[in-house]
Amino acid sequence: MKDIVDTMADLRINDFVIKIGNVNGTGSASANGLLMKAIFRMGVPVVGKNLFPSNIQGLPTWFEIRVTKDAYMARSGAADLVVAMNAETYKRDLAEVSPGGFLLYDDTWPRPELHARTDITAIGVPLARLCNAKFDNARTRVLMKNMAYVGAVAGLTGIDVSIIKAMVEEMFGSKPKLIDANMTAINLGLDYVRQTYPEPLPLRVQAMDATRGNVLIDGNTAAALGCVYAGATFGAWYPITPSTSLMDGYKSFCEKFRVDPETGEKKFCIIQAEDELASIGMAVGAGWNGARAFTPTSGPGISLMSEFIGFAYYSEVPVVLFNVQRAGPSTGLPTRTQQCDLTLCAYASHGDTKHIMLFPANPAECFEMAVQSFDIAERFQTPVFFMTDLDIGMNDWMIPELEWDDSYQPDRGKILSAAELEELPKYYRYEDRDGDNIPYRTVPGVHPKGAYFTRGSGHNWKGGYTEDAAEYKEVLDRLTRKWEDSADAVPGPVIIEASKPTNRAIISLGGCDGAVREALDRLAERGIELNYMRVRGFPFSAEVEAFMDSHDEIFVVEQNRDAQLRGLLINETAVDKTKLIPVLDYAGMAANPAFIIEGVTAHLVAEEA
Amino acid sequence: MTSMSKPLIDKHLPRNKLNLTVRDYEGSMSTLCAGCGHDSVTAALVQAFWQLDLPPHSAAKISGIGCSSKTTAYFMGQSHGINCVHGRMPSVATGANAVNGDLHYIGISGDGDSLSIGFGQFAHAIRRNLNMLYVLENNGVYGLTKGQFSASADIGTKSKKGIANEQSPIDPCVQALTLGAGFVARAFSGDKSQLVPLIQAGLMHKGFALIDVISPCVTFNDHAGSTKSYAHTFKYYHPLVHTDFVAHHEEITADTSEGGAITVTMHDGGILKLRKTDDDYDPRDRAQAIETLLLGDRSGEIRTGLLYVNEDMADMHAANHLPKTPLNALPYEALTPGRAALAKLQGRWK
Ligand SMILES: Cc1ncc(C[n+]2csc(CCOP(=O)(O)OP(=O)(O)O)c2C)c(N)n1
Ligand code: SF4
Ligand SMILES: [Mg+2]
Repeated sequence: MKDIVDTMADLRINDFVIKIGNVNGTGSASANGLLMKAIFRMGVPVVGKNLFPSNIQGLPTWFEIRVTKDAYMARSGAADLVVAMNAETYKRDLAEVSPGGFLLYDDTWPRPELHARTDITAIGVPLARLCNAKFDNARTRVLMKNMAYVGAVAGLTGIDVSIIKAMVEEMFGSKPKLIDANMTAINLGLDYVRQTYPEPLPLRVQAMDATRGNVLIDGNTAAALGCVYAGATFGAWYPITPSTSLMDGYKSFCEKFRVDPETGEKKFCIIQAEDELASIGMAVGAGWNGARAFTPTSGPGISLMSEFIGFAYYSEVPVVLFNVQRAGPSTGLPTRTQQCDLTLCAYASHGDTKHIMLFPANPAECFEMAVQSFDIAERFQTPVFFMTDLDIGMNDWMIPELEWDDSYQPDRGKILSAAELEELPKYYRYEDRDGDNIPYRTVPGVHPKGAYFTRGSGHNWKGGYTEDAAEYKEVLDRLTRKWEDSADAVPGPVIIEASKPTNRAIISLGGCDGAVREALDRLAERGIELNYMRVRGFPFSAEVEAFMDSHDEIFVVEQNRDAQLRGLLINETAVDKTKLIPVLDYAGMAANPAFIIEGVTAHLVAEEA
Repeated sequence: MTSMSKPLIDKHLPRNKLNLTVRDYEGSMSTLCAGCGHDSVTAALVQAFWQLDLPPHSAAKISGIGCSSKTTAYFMGQSHGINCVHGRMPSVATGANAVNGDLHYIGISGDGDSLSIGFGQFAHAIRRNLNMLYVLENNGVYGLTKGQFSASADIGTKSKKGIANEQSPIDPCVQALTLGAGFVARAFSGDKSQLVPLIQAGLMHKGFALIDVISPCVTFNDHAGSTKSYAHTFKYYHPLVHTDFVAHHEEITADTSEGGAITVTMHDGGILKLRKTDDDYDPRDRAQAIETLLLGDRSGEIRTGLLYVNEDMADMHAANHLPKTPLNALPYEALTPGRAALAKLQGRWK
């Protein structure tokens, strides 16, 4: 029996981070998922971040589980218990353990160098030896080593093993042999640590009741569900990380809910296109033909789609683009997160184009805003960008269970029926009959009177070809007004007031939300009070502008190098740019509060100096 | 310049079963050069549709960019049309078709539009067996950008300035055959009697129907030394098989007994009657079709007609198990799983 730590002074209950270093392709994802979900099922809020390489097998990958009794939504940046399962990264993993923390490693082979740090405790568990003695097959040994560390971590931190067992049973339902093997491996790790280290770590998971009514879900899955509930029937795509799982989700939900059990007919169509030049064209074709159509992609895909985006904008075809952003430029860091396509999407395509964007902050908003995106696209007859990112899209987030209101009816916008066309003396596609900058559209095949010619070339309000300056300008100006009007239709900002009056504020968007809220708490503890506005749509509404007007110093927190949100605020509002201070994080990691606290305090210190 | 409409003088014109004259199938006035082959193709499309007694709004016209692609504005003004971006008509057609398979999709493209910038989309629409008529108005040059060689230019063909092309051409028909198209034809804008029935047959074919129409550009590629000029095409033009399209079973009975004729029943009820010429060519034989085209290449002969037809292929709709009611006509109630299903589904994320 060994003592792990000499003092129990810093007992930390439900407030620490487990970070597991693995080799990609060794089946560690399900082991890490088990750990995270077991904590969640114990009623303790969790934040999970998967840090994976652009690789199928062999490169290092990490998984962070933040146990957070306060239900913070961001990474903390700490690593209190590092499970080092990848010899390649031992050095880095050792260095990353937070002071006072722990390193768990496989001591089948002695690793004296892992005991080099005096401010942390290294814990050896002979995972390979234990598994090799129990399992014959090489692949099984690798997989079971993962389960063995699940058992060890559970034993050391007090995660309820009966919950893990229930999950293993769910996972392998009809395959009792697999349940047995996995439980055997889990118990190997568990028993070993219990015997060797009878005193658990001061990092402790204790049952709470703070996750009831919540789910653990990733944003792409939630957005896919939103597409289904919005009544989208057509999706075209070309595979690209991190958007692929959105279409995978849409497909699996449609297979579940939209296939006629008798005829086998599918009430949806998914086309895997030859490239993004085509996937957007397909979505535009389907939108033009009256279906709710979408395409999920990421930055490189948006670049290829550019010309069609301008076409759809100018010819007024509704279509929804899900941009699951990843770090650029070029191929960039395809498995890392950023908010780096704000400028690109705001003005995508050549010529005078401006688009509508929605900025979900978490999977709950992904579900909600996916539905809104289709409503807005059809109401305004234009492309809508749903701007999510890898962090939101691919990580599991704890959110309140999704709700649906059965009274929802899609806002199809102005589409003329055959009967309405029959009544009409003459139909003109771009006639602003209602004076609200939105013309009426017709669906092909409905009525001969509804026929019109859709063109990306210069057209007048009748839809006819024109090169006439005044006629061209008339349509273009209406498009500007239409876009401006959409500011009131996109989701409004969320504003959180500080507990004391202040003329300072933070503006942020999307997945930074969790980190900002936590930073606000920390800064308030230091006496720095800040109001907070999270923008959720573009164009910016009057409320966004008013918020900026009422503050003298505003930190604009975002995840890109070039302060793109700040740029849009300056470009599209009358704000005095000198009061917008950029706080930027663009290294590709999910946002954590540290960079915000640092950015804000550094500025304030400089100001005082 | 704005689009012009034509004067109406259709009092004495014959009417089809829908009581419509050919004028009802026309579009706005063409703005192409006088004598451009593309205008003849437009006229053939008008006639084909009128003869088939199809309501004009049952068609959707889709095109890319080029002189050829402009022509979707010049026929069937009572159908929806979409003139999208260069080389990407097939993708728009794919999306449109997926959500409503009940319309007749007519894609118009050029050799530049289909064989260079749009080569990928052309190929993949064929692979998907998209149910559409794809008319490639082939003039060997980029007309709209003023006469550069296109990828269909033959080796040795001369530009207006006398420079010979040295790169090997892409033959859209050979490509379509190797990619698995179920309807491949070649025609000439100068022979309406051949083109009209081919258009009708292509419209009725359930699946991808390609008609590569040699359609001379009078302005940039109609000179001596060009292999896509009127003179050259007339000289080497060689129909391999004569095609008649009869829309209804009953009307054909008297003719089927004719010696050497091949009849093919189309999906939508019509019948194709293919009369052989001396060549003993059977357009149901894909290998023969490819071989014949490749040999034709060497002899200089431009072999035309319905080169290959296969009515037994599953189209994109069938492959995707799409419903009889078009996706764009399904009521929302048929699409939403509802509140209770959402609550139940979420058990997996707890
Ligand atoms: C992306 C893009 N690149 C280039 C062009 C310029 N462009 C317009 S038409 C054309 C070629 C058209 O050739 P083809 O399809 O053969 O049509 P034709 O005019 O010969 O009928 C080109 C290159 C364009 N419109 N879009
Ligand atoms: S340039 Fe050539 S292809 Fe274009 S309209 Fe004139 S003749 Fe026709
Ligand atoms: Mg051409």
